[in-house]
Amino acid sequence: MSELSFVRTEMLSEQEPPLGERGVIKWMRTNLFSGWVNTILTIIAIYVLYSVLSHILPWFLNSIWRADSLTECREIRDALNNGEPSACFAVITERWSQLIFGFYPQDLYWRPVVAFVLLFVALAPVLYDTMPRKLFIFTAIYPFLMVWLIWGGSIWGPLMVIAGFGAGYLAYRMLASVNDLMATIAAFLAPVIWWLFLGGMVGDLLHSIIPIAIESVESKKLGGFTISVIIGISGIALSLPLGVVLALGRQSDMFIVKTMCVGFIEFIRGVPLITLLFTALLLLNYFLPKGTNFDVVVRVIIMVTLFSAAYMAETIRGGLAALPTGQYEAADSLGLDYWQAQRLIIMPQALKISIPSIVGIFIGLFKDTTLVIFIGISEMLGFTNLIRANTAWNGIYWELFIFVGLVFWICCFSMSRYSQWLERKLQTDHK
Amino acid sequence: MTTLTDPPTESFHLSQLIYDSRYRSMTIQVIALIGFVALFAWLISNTITNLEELGKDFNFGFLSVRSGYDINQRLIEYSSDSSHLRATYVGLLNTLLVAVLGCILATVIGVVVGVLRLSNNWLTAKLMTVYVESFRNIPVLLWIVAFFAVLTEATPAPRAFRGESPTASMVLNDSVAFTNRGTYIPSPTWGDGSLFVVIVFLLSLAGIWWFGRYAHKRQNETGEVLPTFWIKLAIFFVPMVIAYFILGRPVGLDYPALKGFNFSGGLHIRNSLLALWLALSCYTGAFIAENVRAGILAISKGQSEAASALGLRPSRTMNLVILPQALRVIIPPLISQYLNLTKNSSLAIAVGYMDLRATLGGITLNQTGRELECMLLMMGIYLIISLAISGSMNVYNNSVKLKER
Repeated sequence: MSELSFVRTEMLSEQEPPLGERGVIKWMRTNLFSGWVNTILTIIAIYVLYSVLSHILPWFLNSIWRADSLTECREIRDALNNGEPSACFAVITERWSQLIFGFYPQDLYWRPVVAFVLLFVALAPVLYDTMPRKLFIFTAIYPFLMVWLIWGGSIWGPLMVIAGFGAGYLAYRMLASVNDLMATIAAFLAPVIWWLFLGGMVGDLLHSIIPIAIESVESKKLGGFTISVIIGISGIALSLPLGVVLALGRQSDMFIVKTMCVGFIEFIRGVPLITLLFTALLLLNYFLPKGTNFDVVVRVIIMVTLFSAAYMAETIRGGLAALPTGQYEAADSLGLDYWQAQRLIIMPQALKISIPSIVGIFIGLFKDTTLVIFIGISEMLGFTNLIRANTAWNGIYWELFIFVGLVFWICCFSMSRYSQWLERKLQTDHK
Repeated sequence: MTTLTDPPTESFHLSQLIYDSRYRSMTIQVIALIGFVALFAWLISNTITNLEELGKDFNFGFLSVRSGYDINQRLIEYSSDSSHLRATYVGLLNTLLVAVLGCILATVIGVVVGVLRLSNNWLTAKLMTVYVESFRNIPVLLWIVAFFAVLTEATPAPRAFRGESPTASMVLNDSVAFTNRGTYIPSPTWGDGSLFVVIVFLLSLAGIWWFGRYAHKRQNETGEVLPTFWIKLAIFFVPMVIAYFILGRPVGLDYPALKGFNFSGGLHIRNSLLALWLALSCYTGAFIAENVRAGILAISKGQSEAASALGLRPSRTMNLVILPQALRVIIPPLISQYLNLTKNSSLAIAVGYMDLRATLGGITLNQTGRELECMLLMMGIYLIISLAISGSMNVYNNSVKLKER
């Protein structure tokens, strides 16, 4: 009896899982063919992929990069690729500089390039807190440097604008010991007086003594990707503070301030950006005193800023609303006043909550810079039309669209990736 | 021994307006109001002066003047003899047409893509990610122009359909023709008695609504669940099909046919409308897909686990537990996407679609030279549309919102 045993005494050696439960087959079974719905989806997806790629890939692989016109491209295609469809990226090879710089004088291309490279230096301390804090000084100077590099002219112009801020600071320091309120008012008034009356004169005087100037370039020569970056970056930099102010105004207890903020936000959000741009182009001449005429690029920047500030305000308001009331009460009980509480307690948290939407608005703003085409500024999309208007490249679409699309895609996608990184980095809760 | 002193007498100093928190907010508001009024007064006085110098006045009388231009797509009677007001109206209807069509298609695309992006099918999820990322990160204007270029450059001319061996052919059983002049689809024809069919159709819709309420009430009272879907389907189709055949098929289809150098009959959808519609829908659809995905992800896993613990089938879990909660998260951003789509429809100018901006803010403005009036009117109209959309969607949002005490 005892030798009859149904219990195995020795261990089985370890075996590999069956073929269907490991490696690629297992992965495919769980991820592609786990049920009949899934299988159908996979088949449809493969079919879609095949039909798209089978058209695009040969077209792309046969692409021609050197030719002077579309006709020449077609000749090369017939000779080399037996007339098979092939992309003619020669148009990009020949005209990329226009798409990027617009009508900017060719020998001065280095200036936008330097401005663009320095942009990243200026942005570095804003984007990464591991950078040395001293770089913020450069960030503060950068806007003036960019204006000078792009538009050129005398260096004293931008310097006089900076001097206005210096005048405000000086006025504040001088009156601070006398009366706090008067000092604050003077700090606002002094720069305005400087800019309106003195700055121009002093600038001219200094220019006649020490003439430092680079060749000036008119706004109408700007175009292509450069103008998109200029408008986009200025709009982004200006709309965030304005949006914060509007959001605070909308949350405030003061009825009149609140009403004005709500009215402004709802009006801007209710009309398309293109109508605002047309207003800037057509109606500003009515609204301002006769003879006032300022640069069309500045007008566009103002309108784009106002437009995205309204959206920004709504986003930040969402962040403010998401904060628990305890945070406000804690700030009050610490004895912080309104601005201290906002600066130290409320805003850092509210902004953190709304990072994804804020960056979403930035991306939207950058994409919306294409709309300036309708008021006569040729950004990249405008240049695709101008290039097509040339007989050599008449009838070329996809190559240009792909180029423009790719440039925008890279910019916007990296912005959204950065925001995801920032969100992860600032995450303090335990999820 | 206590000494009673008089309470300090209230004395008012001017500096209290700034340093006393009781009065400070009032001071700030008054200053803000004065500044605001002054700014407006300045702008208005500038405008009046400038208008006077240009010899213009401010009135909307030009709206009743003969417009003198044609609009290629019109939903209502219009000719170049009609007034500018009528042209504005035509443009407004075109804007609304593309906005409504776009919102519907964008919602469909958004829901499908958003759900598919969460599917456990790896390939489909990745494809949908590519779709969403490429549409979200490229300007809508580029998409509009690109769609228009596809429709006009990659489709055959009408004459390619002619002859013994045409190089192009109509699709869907010879009923739809894609040409570089637009797409031709069959249009319905309304014969005698078609009114009756339409009435039956509306009645069956009402019947479905009434039945839904009845089934709900019955379920609340007795706990019995009726097979609502099949009964609703029957109410929808049976009476209509019966009415259709009894009345001798009054509603028919008029197929487009090639006559001479172009198609006639059927419904002609211009490429401008088609390109704008598809581009706006695909673009906004990508954003809606993200909202849908976020909404579904926002529902905690415990909800679906609880539902299956109660013994609900997966489809019922989705319909009764997940979706009603996800909708609450999805709807507010959905409203702003609809608003964005409507506002983006003003980019119609890029493909020559005659919307409100092209009629009132375009040709009318240029012909009459009344920038101020035209722009103000146009902004006002867009503002009203936006407020109407957000208002009506907020009503809906309130009806599905969590009822809290």
